[in-house]
Parts: sequence; structure tokens; C-alpha cells
Amino acid sequence: MKLITAIIKPFKLDDVRQAVSEVGVQGITVTEVRGFGRQRGHTEIYRGAEYVVEFVPKTKIEIAVADALVDTVIEAIAKSAQTGKVGDGKIFVFDLAQVVRIRTGERDASAI
Amino acid sequence: MSKLFRSVVFGACALGMQCAWADAPTEPVLVGVDKISAGDTAWMLTSTALVLMMSIPGLALFYGGMVRKKNVLATLMQTFAIVCVVTLLWWVVGYSLAFTPGGGFLGGTSRAFFNGMTVIHDPVAQVSVSHLALTIPETVYAMFQMTFAAITPALIAGAFADRMKFSAMLVFMAAWSLLVYAPIAHMVWEPTGWLAKAGVLDYAGGTVVHINAGIAGLASCLVLGKRLGYGREAMAPHNLTLTLIGASLLWVGWFGFNAGSAGAADGRAGMAMLATQMATAAAALAWAFAEWISRGKPSVLGIASGAVAGLVAITPASGFVGPTSAVVIGVVAGVVCFIAATSLKHALGYDDSLDAFGVHCIGGIVGALLTGVFASKEISGADGSVLIQLEGVAVTLVYGFVASFVILKIIDMTLGLRVSEEQEREGLDISLHGESIE
Repeated sequence: MKLITAIIKPFKLDDVRQAVSEVGVQGITVTEVRGFGRQRGHTEIYRGAEYVVEFVPKTKIEIAVADALVDTVIEAIAKSAQTGKVGDGKIFVFDLAQVVRIRTGERDASAI
Repeated sequence: MSKLFRSVVFGACALGMQCAWADAPTEPVLVGVDKISAGDTAWMLTSTALVLMMSIPGLALFYGGMVRKKNVLATLMQTFAIVCVVTLLWWVVGYSLAFTPGGGFLGGTSRAFFNGMTVIHDPVAQVSVSHLALTIPETVYAMFQMTFAAITPALIAGAFADRMKFSAMLVFMAAWSLLVYAPIAHMVWEPTGWLAKAGVLDYAGGTVVHINAGIAGLASCLVLGKRLGYGREAMAPHNLTLTLIGASLLWVGWFGFNAGSAGAADGRAGMAMLATQMATAAAALAWAFAEWISRGKPSVLGIASGAVAGLVAITPASGFVGPTSAVVIGVVAGVVCFIAATSLKHALGYDDSLDAFGVHCIGGIVGALLTGVFASKEISGADGSVLIQLEGVAVTLVYGFVASFVILKIIDMTLGLRVSEEQEREGLDISLHGESIE
């Protein structure tokens, strides 16, 4: 099993959610984060005082998938989240040791 | 209110009414209730409420939105608590010291605890009136002035935002209200006051409120020192929505401040309201355009600050000028205060957190001097003189700064003015009040 973590542009969330649902993903966790890679931040000015804000708002999504589905899901996320402009984001894949469904106690494959 | 009793008598006689007093009273007096004007009283009651609204929540929100989130509650608390403290002090002796005759510097104690301010039913219905507002009950006049006495110290808080102890602040404001506000109010507005006798024109408090609070703000930020991380760390306003709401409440409430200073529901009040609106709109746009041109974008904080600068500058002039002069005053104030709050502050390096000095003191000075330039004899019966205005400005600046500085130093040596480093880092909401909005 793998945990796929993707950092995407916030306005792309709906597109990504729809794309991964279409390939069979049934659960997703979303967090609002800030960060930067090659994308620059912006400057704010308050009564002449300049503030350079380096961190750009992003959305992090986390999806637990069976190994067989990993490549399909990565492709779905990448295609739907892409705009072609700097700041589109990244996808990270982690090994997932165990998964438990809290309601029923089901484990691993039957819990995803 | 300045020259009010003179203009009331002037107005009454001009209407051909028999003047009830051969010599106008020089101190509060008891009069028959038939002398009270319902219209004037209704307007002054309303104005009082409007000016109180300027403090709570107007100024509270204006400042609250501009500080960092960890200090918003403490900032709101400052204004709220100051209103409460000054209210009580006004009753104890503040009103008496300001608005009863006495020396050139300070009034007397005849109205301490509002002694003598009364409503009588038997045998003849009478009510006491102030010699400065003969057609409204003295209670209403004292209340109206109380709201001015309350907002003035609250303005100072903008200079020391984010770093002053609540206890020290309460003590400072109490002392300041009695030792600085009352004398200056007396000197400018009460007829035995030295500056009133000299002919200084201050319709609604450009000097008494704004220059006074602004210079005390400068003294405060110099004595307290800069915020930790000033110039290096981000200290952006956490919620300009609150600030704009606050600025809007200040604008609307200011009609009570300026038009209410007519002390009557009459043409002078109408003209003061008109002048106020013109100056404010002009100043807001002037600041916005100055910012747009020099920095590339007009900001919400800028247009709100410009509006406040216009309100401050038109305050002393509002009863003495017409709409055209008001527009000029607004444009000048908008541009000058923009420069003061941005370039000047950063050039000189003091941390006047919310520009109490840059907007209120500088704006007040602009207004006071332009009152001397534009005062219309036709509208007000008064002649303006820039030199006399300068005298009023200078006295207020010097006395205000020195007295504030001394009071602050004494409190610093005894109680301590500034919060500790950890408290400042953690935020005043948690450190001083045990509360948080996060």
C-alpha cells in the first residue's frame, strides 16, 4: 500500500478530486498549507511598510491506495492539477505500513 | 465648542428675540425649563451617542484590525476600559476642571461629582445649563463633553500598541485625562481659558483632542521604545475588514463630533456636517491617489486612513468654513498625513504603531493652521489668524509633550510601562487578559 501526498494549487482541488474519483479512489484528506518551490511570493504594503510574503498558499491532499492503483492515481492527479505555470506542485509517494478502518476494525487491503 | 455662548446670544439677538440675559452667564446657571430648546437638546443627545460610538466600537475596531491577531483583544480592551475610566473621572472632577471658570490654565472644582448639576420640579421647573450651551440641559452638555474626554486618551493608544502593560495604561490615562486633557480643554474652550481669550479657534477639538492625543502618542512611543522585531519581522494588520468598519463608524459618528459642536440643531450644525463630509471624502481620495501614484496600488488601509486624516483636519475648522475650503483642507490633510505616516515615520525611525502622531497630531496641526487661513467671518462671526492658531498649536505641543513625557516616566519608574519580552512575543491577549481569538 502507498500513501500518495500531493501539493497542488488550491483552485485545482475540485478537478483533482473528480479525476481521482473517476479512477476508483474513495477517500481523500485535504489540508491547507503554505510553501514555495520555484514560485515567488508577493509583496504587501501597509502605510509604507513593505512585507515580502514568501510562502504561497497551497492545498495538500493525501490518498491511501493499493499498489496496483498507484500509477493510475499519480497520472490522474498530475493531469488534473497541471496548469503549465510555475507552482503547479509535487506528488510524493510514501510506503504505507498498515491501514485500519476504525468503524469495523478491517485492516490493510479491505480498509482502503 | 468654542465661542458657543457668544454665538448663541448673537444668534438670539439677531433673530430679534429679547435677550434673556443682559450679561451672558459666565458659569453654569439654573434656568427655567422654558429656556431649553427641544430641538437643540434632541440633537445634542443624539450627537453624544454618535461620539460615544466613535470610541466604542469605532476606534476600537479601527485600531483592533490594524494590530497582529495575538493583540487584537488587548487593543479593543484598551479603548473600552479607557471609556469607562474617563467616564468616572469626568464625574469626579474632570468636567469641573475643564468647563467651569477658574484661571487661565484650569477651571474650578464647583462641579466636582456634578454637584449642582440638577433638574428641579417644585416649586418652579428649572434645570441647570452650562454657560457654554444655554439651550440644552447641563447634563447633556457634560455628557457630550465626556465623550470627547473619553476618545482623546483612547487615540493615544495607537502609538504604543502591542507593548504596554494594562495596569500602567490605566494609570497613565487617568493621570493624563486630569492633568493634560482637562487643562487644554479648559484653555481652548472655556472663556476664562488663556487660549480662548487669545482667540484660538477650535470648533470641535482639532487642538484639544487630536494634536493633544497625537503629541502624547509621540511621547509614548519614544518612552516605551520600539516593538520587538520592528523593521525586521512581519507586523501586518491582521484584519483590515475590522479597520474599515471602524473607520466607517468613525466617519458617521464624527457628525456628532463636529456638527454636535454647534450645540444646537441649526444652520451652523448643518454647515459643519457638510464641511466634514467634503473634507473627509477629499482626504480619503487624496491619500488613495498619493499612494496609487507613489506605490502603485491604492489600499484599503490607505483610503481609510485618508478619511480619518480628513476628519481630523476638518475638526477645528468645521464650524468656521464652507464646503470649498473644506475640500482644500481635506486634500492637504490627505497628502500631508500620507507623507507623515509613511515616509516621515520610516525616515525618523520611531515606532508609532498605528500613526497616532502621523495622522492625529500632524492632521490636527494642518487643520488648526488652515482654520486660521479659511475661517469665514460670514459663517462664524469669527476672524481667523494663522498666528493665533500657531499659538494654540505650540502651547498644546509643548505642554502636551512635556506633561505626557513626565507622567510616563514616573509610571515607568514605579509600575513599569512595558510588558516583558515573553509577554510581547506570546501576545498581549493571552499574557494580559488570558484570552485568545485563535
